[in-house]
Amino acid sequence: MMSEVVIHTENLTRKFGDFVAVNNISFDVKAGEIFGFLGANGAGKTTAMKILCGLLSPTSGVASVAGFDVYKENEQIKENIGYMSQKFSLYENLTVRENITFFGGIYGIDRKSLKIKSEELIRRLGLGLEADKLVGSLPLGWKQKISFSVAILHNPKVVFLDEPTGGVDPITRRQFWDMIYEASAKGITVFVTTHYMDEAEYCDRVSIMVDGAIAAMGKPSDLKKQFGVENMDGVFLQLARGAKRSE
Amino acid sequence: MKVFFAFVKKEFWHVIRDKRSLIILIGLPIVMMLLFGFALTSEVKNSNIAILDFSKDAASKILVDRIDQSQYFTVNKYLHSENEIEGVFRKGEVRLVLIFPQNFENDLSKDKKTQLRLVADASDPNTANITINYASAIIRDYQNELNENKKLPYTIEMETRMLYNPQLKSSYNFVPGVMTLIMMLLGAMMTSVSIVKEKEMGTMEILLVSPMKPIMVLVSKAVPYMVLCFLDIILILLMAVYILDMPIQGSLVLLLAESLLFIITTLSLGLLISVNVNSQQVAMFISLVALLMPSLIFSGFMFPIENMPLPLQVMSNLIPTKWYYSIVKAIMVKGLAFEYVLKQTLILAGMTVFFLTIAIKKFKINLEA
Repeated sequence: MMSEVVIHTENLTRKFGDFVAVNNISFDVKAGEIFGFLGANGAGKTTAMKILCGLLSPTSGVASVAGFDVYKENEQIKENIGYMSQKFSLYENLTVRENITFFGGIYGIDRKSLKIKSEELIRRLGLGLEADKLVGSLPLGWKQKISFSVAILHNPKVVFLDEPTGGVDPITRRQFWDMIYEASAKGITVFVTTHYMDEAEYCDRVSIMVDGAIAAMGKPSDLKKQFGVENMDGVFLQLARGAKRSE
Repeated sequence: MKVFFAFVKKEFWHVIRDKRSLIILIGLPIVMMLLFGFALTSEVKNSNIAILDFSKDAASKILVDRIDQSQYFTVNKYLHSENEIEGVFRKGEVRLVLIFPQNFENDLSKDKKTQLRLVADASDPNTANITINYASAIIRDYQNELNENKKLPYTIEMETRMLYNPQLKSSYNFVPGVMTLIMMLLGAMMTSVSIVKEKEMGTMEILLVSPMKPIMVLVSKAVPYMVLCFLDIILILLMAVYILDMPIQGSLVLLLAESLLFIITTLSLGLLISVNVNSQQVAMFISLVALLMPSLIFSGFMFPIENMPLPLQVMSNLIPTKWYYSIVKAIMVKGLAFEYVLKQTLILAGMTVFFLTIAIKKFKINLEA
């Protein structure tokens, strides 16, 4: 595994008035790593992710993504990241091909290589017959796969996945994780938030946020040993019990 | 630029595939124009009139014939006594009753002084006024003809001219009005709904995370609707000229340029709505109630602003549609040049800049939260 640090944060803090959404978090994510970002609703995951995507500036602390500073260089950050949200975020009344063309276009991929890439993608996903169907007519699992493929179409250094597997069945979820591994093998760093603790086991490393701060971080196997439990569910429950904020 | 075109293309796909927006874009202008052109006209034609003739002489016959032959009236009842008048109004059979006195012709030729009475059903005051005016005009014409033969010592001849709209066609009033309303509705509603839809679907997030500048996202969303609204203006003008026979007196280029400015005003209102709400329903509701209603009332198209109480008159100045409506009327109907609509243009431009500034400021704040 390469040792280049792709995401770096140090004492990163974000306040909204008196409310400290993200409290002094520090972590590093290395290139090609699959980093699980866990935490209950309201723990500050989304805020932290928004900062790293260049949508929100931090109140204090240091953070850089792909070597670019989140305070000053968020334009460059945006060129080097991919993003997929829990809503899968494709245009329902555009066809698969049109969606790929559009999102490729706004990421500045030139027309020629975009054409080649989108054909390749359609073939790889086995979507030959569905390529010209409206996305709205496809099952959720498909949308999710297309959405992920679109998010990494421009070969970003990092891809941020915000609860990407919400609402799909376990088999589709497993297939989705295969795609994540594939991306990671190509050197794309994966930063993923999830609610599913079985998915946490798939990550190279996880951090668990409680009340805006990182309560635990490490390899899933190490964390389980440290807390003396069988699975990640146990780790999470022990930490989350102490939380003051919840929805 | 490439990014921008990719965006515009996507936006057109949205509109073309969404039946609702297609119907609104194309159907609404056509339906409104035809409705106002043929159904909701304020011209009164072929009103029924009843005659109560106590003289029954040659002069009264001629006058009744004249009235019957005009396109405004149809004589459909002859009454025999004043008691019947109330009855025909009650049944709604006629709008107007014309009463000739006894010895009409005699008085007319000897004393040169006689009295006709017109009784109108004023439960609809506008129509009553209009029919009375029409009838008076016909009677006056007849009187003038008589006077030509017999020289009168002193007469004041009145010559009324209806400037800019000699035939008093209602299309001269409603075409600018409909243009104003449709643009307000389409510009504001379509843009706000389409932006809020992206918020609802979560695609807005993706756009904001992309290398596209947030301002460019807004601009790219607005431009396709600007083009569509402009096409609608052209559609309305074509219908006005070729179907409703309404000429464009002034410069077409100036009219289109002013329309483009107004489209930008409505789009910025749409943007302003979209940065403040998060659901399509709310966006639509605000466009309809908060924008369309005041536009309808305060543009001067339906209700004359001069007749309103002073506070409302002052308020009407805040409504962009009022200014655009007056610009369109000035150019289309009066054929005025740019310097005559300069004031309105500046006001409209100022409002546009104001709305846009607030929308963009608010948009930036929202990104931070």
